[in-house]
Amino acid sequence: MSAAPGSIPRWVDIGLIPLVNIALAFFVSGIILWTIDVDPFAAVEIILFGAFGYDEAIGYTLYYTTNFVFTGLAVAVAFHAGLFNIGGEGQAYIGGLGVGLGILLVDSTLPFVLILPLSILLAAAFGAGWAAIPAYLQAYRGSHIVITTIMFNFIASALMVYLMVNILIQPGSMSPESREFAPSGHLPFIHEVFGWFGMQVTPSPLNLSVVWAAICCVLVWAFIWRTRWGYQIRTVGANETAAIYAGIDPRRVIMLAMAVSGALAGFVGINEVMGVHHRLLLNFTAGYGFTGIAVSLMGRNHPVGIVLASLLFGMLYQGGAELAFEEPKVTRELVVTIQGLVILFSGALAFMMKGPIERAYLRIAGGFQRPAGQEG
Amino acid sequence: MSHQQESQEQHAGPPGDAGAAPAIELRSINKAFGPVQANKDVSLNIRPGSIHGIIGENGAGKSTLMSILYGFYEADSGEILIAGVPTRIRSSNDAIAAGIGMVHQHFMLVDNMSVVENIMLGAESGAILTSSVAAARAELERLERDYDLEVDPDALAGDLPVGQQQRVEILKALYRGADILILDEPTGVLTPQETDQLFRILDSLRQQGVTIVLITHKLQEIMAVTDHVSVMRGGEMIAHRRTGETSKEELAELMVGRKVLLRVDKAAPQAGETVLALESLTFVDRVGVKRVDNVSFSVRAGEIVGIAGVSGNGQSELLDLLSGIRPISAGRFAMMGQMFSAAHPLDPATMRDLKVAHVPEDRLRSGLVRTFAAEESAILGYHNDPAYNGRVLMNQEVIHEDCARKMADFDVRPPNASLKTANFSGGNQQKLILAREISRGPRLLLVGQPTRGVDIGAIEFIHRNIIAMRDSGSAVLLVSVELEEIMSLSDRIVVMFEGRIVGELPAHEANERLLGLMMANAAPERGEEAQPAAAAPEAPGA
Amino acid sequence: MVRTLTAAAAALLVSTSLAATAAVADDIKPAVVFDMGGKFDKSFNEGVFNGVEKFKKETGVSYREFEVTNETQREQALRRMAQRGADPIIGVGFAQAPALEKVAKEFPDTRFTIIDSVVDLPNVRSVVFKEHEGSFLVGMIAALKSESGKVGFVGGMDIPLIRKFACGYEQGAKHVSGNTEVLQNMTGTTPAAWNDPTRGSELAKSQFDRGVDVIYAAAGGTGVGVYQTAKDSGKFAIGVDSNQNHLQPGTMLTSMLKRVDVAAYKAFKDAHDGSWAPGIQVLGLAEEGVGWALDEYNKDLVSADMMAKVEAAAADIVSGKLSVHDYMSDNSCSY
Repeated sequence: MSAAPGSIPRWVDIGLIPLVNIALAFFVSGIILWTIDVDPFAAVEIILFGAFGYDEAIGYTLYYTTNFVFTGLAVAVAFHAGLFNIGGEGQAYIGGLGVGLGILLVDSTLPFVLILPLSILLAAAFGAGWAAIPAYLQAYRGSHIVITTIMFNFIASALMVYLMVNILIQPGSMSPESREFAPSGHLPFIHEVFGWFGMQVTPSPLNLSVVWAAICCVLVWAFIWRTRWGYQIRTVGANETAAIYAGIDPRRVIMLAMAVSGALAGFVGINEVMGVHHRLLLNFTAGYGFTGIAVSLMGRNHPVGIVLASLLFGMLYQGGAELAFEEPKVTRELVVTIQGLVILFSGALAFMMKGPIERAYLRIAGGFQRPAGQEG
Repeated sequence: MSHQQESQEQHAGPPGDAGAAPAIELRSINKAFGPVQANKDVSLNIRPGSIHGIIGENGAGKSTLMSILYGFYEADSGEILIAGVPTRIRSSNDAIAAGIGMVHQHFMLVDNMSVVENIMLGAESGAILTSSVAAARAELERLERDYDLEVDPDALAGDLPVGQQQRVEILKALYRGADILILDEPTGVLTPQETDQLFRILDSLRQQGVTIVLITHKLQEIMAVTDHVSVMRGGEMIAHRRTGETSKEELAELMVGRKVLLRVDKAAPQAGETVLALESLTFVDRVGVKRVDNVSFSVRAGEIVGIAGVSGNGQSELLDLLSGIRPISAGRFAMMGQMFSAAHPLDPATMRDLKVAHVPEDRLRSGLVRTFAAEESAILGYHNDPAYNGRVLMNQEVIHEDCARKMADFDVRPPNASLKTANFSGGNQQKLILAREISRGPRLLLVGQPTRGVDIGAIEFIHRNIIAMRDSGSAVLLVSVELEEIMSLSDRIVVMFEGRIVGELPAHEANERLLGLMMANAAPERGEEAQPAAAAPEAPGA
Repeated sequence: MVRTLTAAAAALLVSTSLAATAAVADDIKPAVVFDMGGKFDKSFNEGVFNGVEKFKKETGVSYREFEVTNETQREQALRRMAQRGADPIIGVGFAQAPALEKVAKEFPDTRFTIIDSVVDLPNVRSVVFKEHEGSFLVGMIAALKSESGKVGFVGGMDIPLIRKFACGYEQGAKHVSGNTEVLQNMTGTTPAAWNDPTRGSELAKSQFDRGVDVIYAAAGGTGVGVYQTAKDSGKFAIGVDSNQNHLQPGTMLTSMLKRVDVAAYKAFKDAHDGSWAPGIQVLGLAEEGVGWALDEYNKDLVSADMMAKVEAAAADIVSGKLSVHDYMSDNSCSY
């Protein structure tokens, strides 16, 4: 009886192995820091304090986390359909464009309560629309989605530059940015929200999109595991022949999964454009779409895992910036290296430690089992 | 029960020759995976130069035992003696060093390497490849000559037919100096002809002094080729027999633990109206080969029509056409009174709406999703059914209870609807599919290889259910490569060869020899007569 | 001899009014926030880096620094600097203007300097350059040197600032002869365009193939590829921001100088000397904030006649007799 794979408990796979991977990444990072005469333990302290030590730090960490939750969920939904969506970056960019265009058009006429749902809708529609093109090419023309989504990141970037430089730029402005939105187009910052209740919180870019991100986690979970559409997505992802047998059209599922994925990525635009910058500008995606791939891989494509992985990367971004700030020897390139090591160990090498850890577990668990077996 | 006691009275293995130590001796092997005791106090003696069968249902512990012997797992306790010497086998390298070779159920060949390269893979000597290739080729040729195992050394492994790939696996083991050969379910992928050839090879290996351990759940094979047989059940070694002194019936009973009916009893069919009528149905694959060629026949309510044929003669494609998985190239068919053709294709969802159910040939490839919970696999194809769905969310409770009920009705073990599909044995997976497809009372059941890889107890159960379907007035179209199954279940038999129908006859006129000839398209006049008769559909669609 | 006189520029900056918040020497804690290109971008940020390094070497006063990696970090970094008591603080690049404006309001006692943009606050010094004037002069030199009557421009990322360079260059070239043809290419639309020498080389090759014999690269690190290709093709190239004549002697016709290093140096030095003052400084030809480079590497390439013509135009620009259109004044290059 081949009970071996089933006898590894779930917590080893989703808890222990990722932790070991992160520990390895930090260990290698520590060696690098040590060679440039930076005390690794002090560095860890700076990172942790810089990410969680005071209210402003937490605000920044959660602000990054919000972006990673959106892009991580986006990658996960596509992944459940067996699709590798590398295009989160471009979908987020275009999602932000949708938000910006919408608010620029209506911020002088509509109140906030109407602008907010409209913006969410536009972010979703623009992100989904941008993802739908590669999805169509994959489903009906057989162009590989990895290639097309990568290419669409560049197209999105070129389109944004064209629009910002030639059309949307504020006349007389030095930089390619739109005018600032009227206050009705601002998503309140969390420190403002606390202010309403009389609580004093240091300003940070953290805004109400973090609440939307949390809602999205629940919605994605329900969509993937509790609806027939999610069922179809998972069937296609796990076994396309079985899906065809069951009368599920993989082409339509690809379109659906990519549209949902693109919509989620588009919500980065809510956080960045409506929540933080209050204007349309270039490069606000800053690689969050790509980091979302690592977040999703590390979070095992499950919302709970994605939230945890997003927190980790939020911590690395914010704590890493603090480290570069405090330690003159730590350049921003080194911070990127540390982030890269975490991605390498938890993404690309995610299964390197799987075998040894599972064997070790079986040996330990088997050691407990043996006396019982002999008694029986 | 009585048999178990009887077996304990017997010696722990076949009596060895007074002089020679057993090739393999296992003493009190125990192996547990978590709470599951896969092997319990297993002891076994295998005589050198014999073919020893190990038989048992799926999950009886055969594969675990052999994995311990080959070093994939280490036993929790117990001893292994090879040729009388206590040996510790911790990896496959240890096993190879001890002279043990293994031919897996799924071949481990590199498709784009030649036979010689495959054989020397992992046993290359030195850094310069050309010299080892030459040496390997010489050795390979000697082995082929000595054991009568013909394979073209320069053919690419991927291009060889399955039977020949298996020979390469055997040669690989011999090349590494194996004098004990373990074969795990070797006939599962072979045609009857290839199976015969394999048995001839095993026989000649035995004559050369090789010890062979044959793991199978097919009684026929045990009777045909082994000298001794050991029966496993529930992780324990239940009985040892000389093959010549036992019978299929006794072995089946030992395996299952109760009396098993090997023949199916059924009443005469009460055929009703035509529910499926094929007219010149044709399917041309991508490279232009006619996989289904101008096929016409019909199936009526209350009868089972069996399609016989050697695997790969268009039966699978025919089933795919009728279930809407593949597109029709030409011709048409009427299903439940509706006509489908290339211009008006059938899709699987429509098929289910017509109360037609489909048990696919390859359950793991298409009938189930391994990573899903059983309850999720149990709604595959019916996931849009309003009964399972609320307005937005699926109704988990209904789905769970529905699956639990099906599991109880169809004796799926363990009866745990939340367990991952992959963790059920082949037979229980098949029962789960049957439960899903049959319990809705379909008017027509399309069923492919219903008992492939399924153990004996479940075969009996599945067969009974298919007959019950027929008796309740449903039509059944059965595709199987097991002649015995076709003959015992069908009311009418249609024989396919190279995509064409080469004969049709009532089941009571069929026998193994005649069907065998028809399947090879070599039936004297019977096949010639049958062809034009079959070409004319009996009753075109309503 | 370097054409731009450091001393002159310095004198100009000193000549502005005395600082309101005079600090005692050695008491300052200067800081600089580099922008996304990073301090080793071979161009703008690196110019600032050279300026502040020079200050450090001269005075022994060390400074804090930070390189931002995304939009949000600009404000964060400026604020963290101010919180840590850094003073004065330099924000590098126009993109930091909104963030700097916000933070400068929060810390009215801290002295800020923004380079390449204008923030109108009592504690901010804004330094901007008339790149179009410098580009006009190198455009003239290119057209005067060209035998084919075709000159080229390779920009970095396609943003208004780079179009400002291109527009000034085009005007200069056409000033020499209305028939001069100016081919323009931008390297890309993402920040990667600032550091893509391969693409720069490809664009240069394509322009040379179409008959161009002088190319002006305003493209950061991408320019290195342009210069190499110019050398390999036996054509000429013009550098940007700092004096790049030494990179490929004999190929580098000249360099358009934009003295961000001086601006950065002055921001720290004035604070150190107690002479820092807020206000807007527009540095053009007249202020020697921009110019063209002539040194031992290119003196043989620029004839006396060319020099005379360029100098005459420069004098006209300084005197106001000749005006060069600024692309960013109306976001178009119609003059």
